[in-house]
Amino acid sequence: MFPLIFEQVSLGLNSQPKLLLDSINVRIEKAGTLLILGPNGAGKSLFLRLAHQLIKPTQGQISWAIPSKLARQQQAMVFQHPILLNRSAYANLEFALKLKNEHTKIEQQHLIEAMLEQMNLQEHAKTSANVLSFGEQQKLALARAMIIKPKVLFLDEPTASLDPSASYQIEQFLSEVATTSTKIIMASHDLNQAKRLADQVLFLHQGKILEHTEAALFFKKPQSKLGKLFLAGELLWKDNRSLL
Amino acid sequence: MSDIVDAFSEAWQLILQLDPAFVEIVLLSLKVSTISVAIATLIGLPLGSALGLYRFPGQQFINIALNTLMGFPPVVVGLLLYLLISRSGPFGVFELLFTPTAMIIAQVILVTPIIAALTRQTIQDTWAHYHEQLRSMGCSATRAIPTLLWDKRATLITAVLAGFGRASGEVGAVMIVGGNIDHVTRVMTTAIALEVSKGDLALALGLGVVLITLSLIINTLGYCLQSSYALKTHSVLNSFR
Repeated sequence: MFPLIFEQVSLGLNSQPKLLLDSINVRIEKAGTLLILGPNGAGKSLFLRLAHQLIKPTQGQISWAIPSKLARQQQAMVFQHPILLNRSAYANLEFALKLKNEHTKIEQQHLIEAMLEQMNLQEHAKTSANVLSFGEQQKLALARAMIIKPKVLFLDEPTASLDPSASYQIEQFLSEVATTSTKIIMASHDLNQAKRLADQVLFLHQGKILEHTEAALFFKKPQSKLGKLFLAGELLWKDNRSLL
Repeated sequence: MSDIVDAFSEAWQLILQLDPAFVEIVLLSLKVSTISVAIATLIGLPLGSALGLYRFPGQQFINIALNTLMGFPPVVVGLLLYLLISRSGPFGVFELLFTPTAMIIAQVILVTPIIAALTRQTIQDTWAHYHEQLRSMGCSATRAIPTLLWDKRATLITAVLAGFGRASGEVGAVMIVGGNIDHVTRVMTTAIALEVSKGDLALALGLGVVLITLSLIINTLGYCLQSSYALKTHSVLNSFR
């Protein structure tokens, strides 16, 4: 289904003259985990939503190597705040499989039990998802996304609201996912996490792509001035100062 | 004062002895209200869901109409229905006037807007919260309806119980289209109105006690359903403290 190609993609709101994403041109290949980096308001979440076809661009074209409807069926997304159905952890996973309608009831049961065990959530199979801790909810959201074995997994800062322990567990799981046939495209502003997970980096700032390169290269020698500032942790500070 | 005491005493006797005439009235009331609420639920849940999920021309008008109908005076509903189903009315040929069916239709008209409007608001709010996740999973708005209804079942059952409360306590519309005919269309509320006008307070009081008990049971059920979720969450949260 790869490459994913953005051609002159822009996104704006009618009420605002400034574009939220401005003339994005990028070609994303299958290999490796891609981290979308950038400060708050860079457009990382919007980029993911455009790629996942949750929103449409106001200009330009986004295409996959296969028809977009088919591509969409092979994707899953996890959001910063887990949105779970008001039912048990087991039933949340079952719901995702039922939507796919590709497995028998027995197969579904085996898949769910295996996934709950993999995520260390088997004790909570019958627990209402809404009473799990935030970290457990995010793990369940990730399990629900992965149980359909997507070709692409979009992650919108999935560990942004988690404590270090829960973040570590999520990262461990993502590292395992990265070794499978699932491509991870993840938005983050956590540089340490990006260093641990990324194979490629796409650096966004104020709706524009400033860099799209190998992660090692980006972290060693960023090509853009703003990239250097971002890595030094000074980008937001400088932006704020310029407003004063 | 002794009249009131006597009336209460007689009322309790009617209840405890399960007086056949008394029981007949109670059972007909329950039958009419239950059937009308069941029909109103079957109409109100999908209608409210559709209004909460889809955008279409005339939707605002329907929303305003539903909200207006929620507070519509029952006697006016009864009068309009009377005009429609009376012998000279457009539906006179069905001979519905002064039958339990007419009373059910009147109550459906009164209860459906309550269930539909509460469902619309619940589904609209829930969809706003869920829609990105559900769409990401390939769940269309239409496919989402049963999911949203199930997830908000506690709130929606309360809406249905509120509808039942409205139906069982209604008097104006069922009086007009039912006629309060003994052994045919006499229900608790119309019987109370009649017995009070006749000065027979015992039967009226007995029915009143049943009606209040019914209302208490309905509200207790609604409260229990709502709080069962809150309690569950609360107890889990406490275990972390």
